[in-house]
Amino acid sequence: MKRLMVMLAMLISATLNAQDKIKIQDSDYNNSDVAMADIMRSEGKIYVVVGVLLVIFAVLIYYLVRLERRTSKLEQQLDNHQENNND
Amino acid sequence: MKKYWWKGLTILILFYVIIGGFLLEVPRLNILNETIRALYFHVPMWFGMIIMLAISLYHSIAFLNKSNPISDIRASEYANIGVVFGVLGIVTGMFWAQYTWGEWWSGDPKQNASAIGLLIYLAYFVLRGSLEDQEQKARISAVYNIFAFCALIPLLFILPRLTDSLHPGSGGNPGFNAYDLDSRLRLVFYPAVIGWALLGVWVATLRIRIRKIENALYQ
Repeated sequence: MKRLMVMLAMLISATLNAQDKIKIQDSDYNNSDVAMADIMRSEGKIYVVVGVLLVIFAVLIYYLVRLERRTSKLEQQLDNHQENNND
Repeated sequence: MKKYWWKGLTILILFYVIIGGFLLEVPRLNILNETIRALYFHVPMWFGMIIMLAISLYHSIAFLNKSNPISDIRASEYANIGVVFGVLGIVTGMFWAQYTWGEWWSGDPKQNASAIGLLIYLAYFVLRGSLEDQEQKARISAVYNIFAFCALIPLLFILPRLTDSLHPGSGGNPGFNAYDLDSRLRLVFYPAVIGWALLGVWVATLRIRIRKIENALYQ
């Protein structure tokens, strides 16, 4: 437990930051002088990008779940096999 | 079902991060422009790496305490996924740097230090591969893992702060670390860190289970 606390303290101290940072102002959100992908957004094409990413991510996760199922099956087979050997 | 709830949570969080990361409002900042959204994906890779390597360190210490071979498998698999996160961090960082700092590799102290840190961890796997005896391999690599983590912390968090770095934004550079994360950015950033870290644990546990099956087969 003590060791865990020390490691936690190390991790927290690692994320401490210097104080001389620039604050993000509310005006930064409305600063129209800075170019952003506003046209892409207004045309709704950003949803295409998000859609593509979501499909890829969903399929990769599905693949990971299938991989896990297969691993569970192997574990069970191994357990059965070892029980049989012990009989 | 009880065992799986956190995996569902991981998927939900990462779906939210992808949707929120692209669609929620971000501050309009010079030079960064729309690339500020890379913050939601690039920085969590580094957080993920540190979390995975910390878990690996924990299991290495546990191995030295109790000499349980499972601890050695856990330590090496968490280090493995940690290095994957690190490589993703460095590659995505280079890509981002090309557009905001003008160069793939500008010798920024944090870039150099993270490359050295990754090399130290690659040496961990070289070391593991070069030892035949299981017990000896586990013990030596556990000691090395502790050394590697202790070398990584100053490399990533202390040395780059002692000198001018593009990362913390000296000389008016708008590299993201110059800014304080405001509450709206945190709304996506923290879930991203948690989501990717959970995904890392998921993959690592799966690999550990496969290693256990392998071990059982060879005995």
